[in-house]
Amino acid sequence: MSITGQDAAGPAVDDKIRCDACPVMCYIKPGMTGACDRYANRAGELVRVDPHVLIERAISDGAELVPFSQPADWDGTIVSGPERFVTAIGAGTTYPDYKPAPFIVSSEIDGVDMVTVVTEGIFSYCGVKVKIDTDRFVGPETHAVRVEGERIGHVTTGEYGSQMLSLGGVHHLTGGSKKEGRVTCQALLDLSNGKAVEMTVDGGATLVVEAGKPPIVNGQEETRMRVGCGSATIGIFARQWLGKADEVVVVDDHITGVLSEHQAGKLLDIPPTGIRIKGRRSTPGRYFQVAEPGTGWGGTDILDPLAILGDFDPKHAYPGLRLLMVSTTGEHAAYFELDERLKPVEMAIPEPLVEPVERIAENCEPALSTVLFVGGAGGSLRAGVTENPVRLTRSVRDALTNVTCGGAPVYLWPGGGITFMVDVTRLPENAFGYVPTPALVAPLEFTLRLSDYAALGGHMDHVRPLASLASGDRQSIPARRGNPWPFARRIAGELNT
Amino acid sequence: MRREPQVALLPDGRRLHLQDGPIDLIVEATGSREAVVAAYRAAADRLTGLLDGLCAELALLRSPAGEHLPVDPVGRAMLAAVRPHSRTGFITPMAAVAGAVADAVLAAMVEAAPLSRAFVNNGGDIALHLAPGESFAIGLIDRPDRPSLFARSIIHAADGIRGIATSGCRGRSFSLGIADAVTVLARTAAEADAAATVVANAVDLPGHPAVHRVAACELQPDSDLAALPVTRAVGPLAPAEVRRALEAGRAVGEALARDGLIVAAALHLAGQTATTGAMALAAA
Repeated sequence: MSITGQDAAGPAVDDKIRCDACPVMCYIKPGMTGACDRYANRAGELVRVDPHVLIERAISDGAELVPFSQPADWDGTIVSGPERFVTAIGAGTTYPDYKPAPFIVSSEIDGVDMVTVVTEGIFSYCGVKVKIDTDRFVGPETHAVRVEGERIGHVTTGEYGSQMLSLGGVHHLTGGSKKEGRVTCQALLDLSNGKAVEMTVDGGATLVVEAGKPPIVNGQEETRMRVGCGSATIGIFARQWLGKADEVVVVDDHITGVLSEHQAGKLLDIPPTGIRIKGRRSTPGRYFQVAEPGTGWGGTDILDPLAILGDFDPKHAYPGLRLLMVSTTGEHAAYFELDERLKPVEMAIPEPLVEPVERIAENCEPALSTVLFVGGAGGSLRAGVTENPVRLTRSVRDALTNVTCGGAPVYLWPGGGITFMVDVTRLPENAFGYVPTPALVAPLEFTLRLSDYAALGGHMDHVRPLASLASGDRQSIPARRGNPWPFARRIAGELNT
Repeated sequence: MRREPQVALLPDGRRLHLQDGPIDLIVEATGSREAVVAAYRAAADRLTGLLDGLCAELALLRSPAGEHLPVDPVGRAMLAAVRPHSRTGFITPMAAVAGAVADAVLAAMVEAAPLSRAFVNNGGDIALHLAPGESFAIGLIDRPDRPSLFARSIIHAADGIRGIATSGCRGRSFSLGIADAVTVLARTAAEADAAATVVANAVDLPGHPAVHRVAACELQPDSDLAALPVTRAVGPLAPAEVRRALEAGRAVGEALARDGLIVAAALHLAGQTATTGAMALAAA
């Protein structure tokens, strides 16, 4: 056989388009599909015609039954057959949206007619925020993050124990070169669909990021988040070290802590040890910038911890003084005693100190990369839902309309428009798509009372019953555990505030 | 960064579905659980990047079969499968793409684990693996767009058949002929694919007013068939005309069987069936 296409619905005009969904790069005539039968030219617009995904509430991940009490405010109304919620995955879109959304579906919930308007939004204004649980240096703030040499975003302000990246956005998608847009789109798509993406930071690290998996920094997989900064670590563990070491230094990229000088040490009556730390003293026992950021001890570039120590002050130091140096994840630790010349000599960590060091590691949470998709459901997408778009925005604001993304709960950013964030791991697999614009395609569902839908100028003549979608080219999948059922009452208010 | 194929088990929990671009595979392997898992993993690994390899040489693969060898091993298998047919008419390696992809994925599975039986079905072009003593029951359908069984056959390991392909003017691909379906059994899926295309092209009534044809490039601007007229619709035909068209195809099929290029073929048009070669058919 040769690769060809077949008829798809839609009026014919004289515009063939080139699909770049896969390397075949088909030219597609209006009303035809590409070689894959998955992408079609509908009146000059590339649209996806994949089978459509329905979420079935009957079973959850792993084929376990959903506890009947979930979600808590569901009153357990008996409905015949498994409950279904129609997601927008594969629904297609009517962009530029002067037409009603592809699926406007009604079902009766608690005796109230509910309607779900289902559309796949095309998002040029979108991106992902990536949180990488590591203290390792990934790169200077604002520096570019690159994939295949193309700028796809930048390092943004870090959070406690985590580095943050802001990737995508309209400028990288459509404001730069064609390649920049394509690479950015592919990276966003892969991250959103839970795939691993390798990226580099200008003047920083090489990262492998995959939603829900430990990050890999410069080829090294992160396992633990630090328990706190060096100062916090001393505050937490000082009492457990008492009597087992005369001095403890907790090495950290941000704040390195010194037990004898720290407030916690003072409270425990730990005497001065004459230790000298190279670095900028902030407050007693707390030092900034003991070293450059790196992938060594505590997120610094230190490989030999003694490098951050000056000579001990003979006024306070004494031969035999016991010194523990440890990083904020407990991954690095070394024990020293001072010799006659007050020089530290490394020794095996004494047994009583082994458990306190392990305790630090034990208190560190697993390090993960997490990916939030952020998109703005602006302008014309709303017209697919209602003839009066601003009423949809207001209805969402007033929590009359519940917004979900592939059935997953979203956080709605306050203020104007419908800007939402969603944890990509809560969507069904491969829920995101793209169009060659380039822009991402994300599923979006608006659920509201049928009466409210009428009131906001909905396309009432396009509402169809859920039962009409229950068969055919649609895929039913189990509801994901932990996601509230989209029809549950008042969920919008709970999620969106 | 490489595009990954979509990989999922079908709802029956046994068959694997793999998809990348236009490649859509249904895969099943029989063997120990570990063997099946290893084979499925190997299938997904083999498909990863396979399309990219073909697309890197797409222009060559869309050109009439010539002496220039593709670099990609699947591309080479496509060319090898169509080359015997290039003496008698227009053919490009694309006539064997579906079968060659099925063969390549099946080969990776069989290499990865001991399997008693396995198949890779690439949209109707099927590569088979049969350990000694094993067999597959196959059903033949008359129209890909309206499947109903019109014949069945059993393929035994000793038959030397490892490829089944069906071509016709109602499938996903274009045909120069008017056959509803031509199913070919051959040594490999690539060879079956190429031969099914050739035989289906030969089931024809040149110049018949009931046959509506359009230049392939009018439908698909980058089709390898370029300006060749492909069949879009077939109106009512007299029974004698149907027989004449089938006979034209059967003659080509018989020549291919004689040359050892196929084992058997079944041709179907407007409710009539013709067969050639050693195909043992039983009415469904």
